[in-house]
Amino acid sequence: MISITINGVTHELDVAPEMPLLWAIRDVVGLTGTKFGCGVAECGCCTVHLDGNAVRSCSTSCAQAHGKNVTTIDAAAHYGEHKTIVQKLQQAWIAEQVPQCGYCQSGQIMQAAALLAKTPRPSDEQIRTVMAGNICRCGAYQRIQAAIKRAAGMTA
Amino acid sequence: MATMLKREGFLKLTGALGAGLTLGFTLDRKAEAAAPAAVFVPNAYLRIAPENTVTIFCSKSEMGQGIAMGLSTVIAEELDYPVERARIEFAVAAPEYVDPVNHTQGTGGSYSTDHLFDYLRKLGATARAMLVAAAAEKWGVAPSSIVTKGDGFVYHPPSGRSASYGEIALLAAAQPVPERVTLKSPDRFTQIGKRLARYDIPAKVDGRAVYGMDVRLPGMLYASVQRPPVFGGRVVRYDAGKTLSVKGVKRVVAISSGVAVLADNSWSAAQGRYALAVTYDDGPLAQLSSKEIYAQAEALLKKPGIPARNEGNIEAALAGGRTYEAVYRGPYLAHAAMEPMNATAWIHDGICEVWAPTQGQTAALKVAASVTGLPESRIKVYTTFLGGGFGRKSEPDAVREAVEIAKATGLPVKVVWTREDDIQHDFYRSTSTNAISAALDSSGKIVGLKHRVVSASIFRRLGRLPADGLDNGSVNGAANVFYDIPNIFVDFVDHEPGIPVGFLRAPGANWNTFVTESFIDELAHAAARDPYLFRRAHLQKQPRALAVLDAAAHKAGWDRPLPTGIHRGIAMCVWDGSFCAIVAEIAVNGKMPDVRRLVIASDTGLVVNPDTVEAQLQSAAIYGLTAALRGKITIERGRVTQNNFYDYAMVRHNEAPKIETVLIASRERPTGVGELATPPVAPAVANAWFAATGKRLRSLPFSDAALT
Repeated sequence: MISITINGVTHELDVAPEMPLLWAIRDVVGLTGTKFGCGVAECGCCTVHLDGNAVRSCSTSCAQAHGKNVTTIDAAAHYGEHKTIVQKLQQAWIAEQVPQCGYCQSGQIMQAAALLAKTPRPSDEQIRTVMAGNICRCGAYQRIQAAIKRAAGMTA
Repeated sequence: MATMLKREGFLKLTGALGAGLTLGFTLDRKAEAAAPAAVFVPNAYLRIAPENTVTIFCSKSEMGQGIAMGLSTVIAEELDYPVERARIEFAVAAPEYVDPVNHTQGTGGSYSTDHLFDYLRKLGATARAMLVAAAAEKWGVAPSSIVTKGDGFVYHPPSGRSASYGEIALLAAAQPVPERVTLKSPDRFTQIGKRLARYDIPAKVDGRAVYGMDVRLPGMLYASVQRPPVFGGRVVRYDAGKTLSVKGVKRVVAISSGVAVLADNSWSAAQGRYALAVTYDDGPLAQLSSKEIYAQAEALLKKPGIPARNEGNIEAALAGGRTYEAVYRGPYLAHAAMEPMNATAWIHDGICEVWAPTQGQTAALKVAASVTGLPESRIKVYTTFLGGGFGRKSEPDAVREAVEIAKATGLPVKVVWTREDDIQHDFYRSTSTNAISAALDSSGKIVGLKHRVVSASIFRRLGRLPADGLDNGSVNGAANVFYDIPNIFVDFVDHEPGIPVGFLRAPGANWNTFVTESFIDELAHAAARDPYLFRRAHLQKQPRALAVLDAAAHKAGWDRPLPTGIHRGIAMCVWDGSFCAIVAEIAVNGKMPDVRRLVIASDTGLVVNPDTVEAQLQSAAIYGLTAALRGKITIERGRVTQNNFYDYAMVRHNEAPKIETVLIASRERPTGVGELATPPVAPAVANAWFAATGKRLRSLPFSDAALT
């Protein structure tokens, strides 16, 4: 059995150890806020926090998550060490009207939270570099950048 | 009473929809059927309940373009009700939701607001008139003495009485439907034209929004389908021995598109599928390659096509002036929406229910009816949020798969495509080979323009090609060139290599605009004119296009010198009645442009929500930029060679240019915006590239040209 604590709840999962964490979260536990986009860590849709660090859950095995704390977008504003940052990001995302289709935004916010946790006042270049792993086909990059700066209290 | 009957029929549908995406939907539906609430349903788009809830049903698919908010704003404006207090739901597939202009339920072509603006205003105004009549009856006063103030109440100022819409909803339901209603004068709009926050955004920042990919039903299995890799191929036989021993795999069934593996989770289904041993008949396209496809097109260039536009005398014009000619070549493109294709189906109790992120409700309905043999009235298609669409999700292929598997197994089933499936089994933007020529007179004006488009026809694939064989979509961006040119000839040569083609953001125009706007730039340089002023000189009869061009040039500071190392280009287009011009500023980064800034001006007629229009211009521009810089699908041995985002690359955050927008204030009827800024991006960047390097790019993407 694999034991993973997701958003504060510990789940004993009868899954193959090599199953990507993404599918345990989505299909086994039933939390669908974390999205599937590529399966090969190329798009960032599936970003979650594993013991506070942003990881691509599509390319992180359940075995790697065994015994660890996972936070997903579904409850990231309420659980986990970055919950205050996530709250600020969500408010900023609404204020800047960032999402269009919205499908990538769970991953964008989880990635941005990890960025701000490490770098509370990131430069434009730092934002561009760190967020480059998260594809948005709606092209909301400019608003994502504005929202991250707003959440960081850097709004011009 | 007719209205009562219609209301009851409608309630059943909305009951199924309202709870259709939750685990307890069966129970909820039964509860609603057992105790049908009495509500005011003036039409299929509105429901006003006594507990003072207003529900607006959106007949169009929300794939990011903000249409659910926009259309709800339009109906709420005339209802005189604050849209932020309305509940917005997606309509089921049903006859009452077909588009009043094209008579199908689906979303595309940027026409939703264009087609529905007046229609929904009338529906909103009619409902308001019935609420006013109800208040007048209730208080025994003249309807003309009743007013609304945009807050969801009716007022009788002389007596100081008021009532919420909910309080008088049932009385309103008993009022006769007025034959005529007065619409608000646009200067009295309080919601249309405002930067209202989108209702769907809070649910899109905390994971609550339900996309097709997120639908879960009790006892549902997940399916992954192994399809023949070669277009036109088929499965001859398969051995599922290894598949059935994969943990989580439950069933394997053959369907029309391939072999479906069902498991208790998506990943196990895919692992089981990869363990299949499948023998294919690759069919007649087994040796087809992109090289061969371009060679076919090259030969077809010499063939006369079907005329799409013929004004003046093109041959005389070309014989009389300084002539220029060029051939442009464009690649296949895949859509690559962030949410891969998927659909969920369940056939039970004599009905078939489908949950899908679809742009084509009518198409989904027809496919489900055809597979199940059930009448359309027994098919329920519920539209979820779409994680991007771009035209791809107008195709019902994933719905067909889900319904076929549901039929074969009797189980609720969700088909989940991998990213590789999504890229390799798309309906692609066609390749295009374009021969374009023109003549300039001694004053530097274009006297003749001839343009031949060789590409595949989407409408032929759909069985909707007109008798004359002209696919108007294929020549969009070529035939509707809007410059003042006395002699114009455009024709279309239908090229069918066998690769499935489909609608992709600004179909036709997303390629042909690259050709026309690059070639206009070539002519400007040939005439030794500034590319902006050269366009201006040919737009004197097109005030809206001219204003948009001027707005972009002005905002970009076209008349001011650029910083060292920065170069600029300009291009424009018309799409669904709207106009767009883009100025691109680039730096040269080795063999690739580094796009630093895009200035986009648009005239989309009356703007319902400026913030949404700006978002769509930004979005469409980035979409076009990806195509310009990297977009290319290649065919080898009858199959697509690209796999995933590592070899079908997207513009990412670190490459995204600064985008500035200018919206022209307009009282014209509202026209399309979702696709508008895609076509001019590539030529604006390529024209900037020419300004920087003197090299004219006549094929895309840039990444290909950089290899040579």
